[in-house]
Amino acid sequence: MRQACTISKVCIIRGNKIILGDKVILEYDGPDFAGFATHCYRHFQINYTKFHKMDNLGKLGFLAAELLIGDSGLTTRYKGEETGVILMNSSSSLDTDRNHQRSISMRGNYFPSPAVFVYTLPNVVIGEICIRHRITGEGNFLVSENFNPLLLYNYVSTLFDRGCIESCITGWVEINGNNFESVLFLIEKSGSTETGIANFEPSALQKIYNSK
Amino acid sequence: MEQLVQKLKDEIITALNLSEMKPEEIDENAPLFVDGLGLDSIDALELTVLLEKKYGLKIKTAEEGKIVLHSVRSMAEFIRNNNKG
Repeated sequence: MRQACTISKVCIIRGNKIILGDKVILEYDGPDFAGFATHCYRHFQINYTKFHKMDNLGKLGFLAAELLIGDSGLTTRYKGEETGVILMNSSSSLDTDRNHQRSISMRGNYFPSPAVFVYTLPNVVIGEICIRHRITGEGNFLVSENFNPLLLYNYVSTLFDRGCIESCITGWVEINGNNFESVLFLIEKSGSTETGIANFEPSALQKIYNSK
Repeated sequence: MEQLVQKLKDEIITALNLSEMKPEEIDENAPLFVDGLGLDSIDALELTVLLEKKYGLKIKTAEEGKIVLHSVRSMAEFIRNNNKG
């Protein structure tokens, strides 16, 4: 018998727009992700200098998690080890892998950047989110050609069923050049919160992902 | 020397993505790590690459690294004392 869980909060970053719940909280008119990320950082008055050192995947996931966790009370209601972070995308860390490749492609100008190299794994974004919010529960980054709600649901549900976690940040964090999209869900055991968007089911994840 | 210190501050801001920081906010005598700018081990590697890439200088040992990367001024002194040009 599966543990009944609820999708308690959703943050969607897509098309230079950020949607929290059912409200558009930011729209940006600019051509690239770098400008979008800096604009968000300033607009939401985030004070975390490490943000500027992150790669683009790190910045995208960090921003989505920052807004998702926001005033949810997640970090006060749960101990660090009770929250998991399970993310997914299709390009893995390709965006940063390319940057690294550029820095080592010329023999006469071979200066790989350590600060770029450390981001050539997609799961580093999970580390950034966990460090910021002192989350120490299960973390995993899955790579799938398309958003795969069944895979996310099965993975996260198993963690709940085995008592590994009491809450989970899960969803899609994809960036490839200036094409970026993040849909993050906060999942909690049913009854943990007074408000909830929908029951945690693959169809609900897909429906929310398809919206807006 | 002071010109070199100012140039280094600009290069450090670029190399370490300290985009929210202005050169005048960096104290050239303050420790770069832990206190001061609060840099970490990856930043130390990045500064080592900066010295090699921009000035053709290599830090030979970890002990030398601790002395050279202590502050912006110690980096500038290292460059001045080993200037090949």
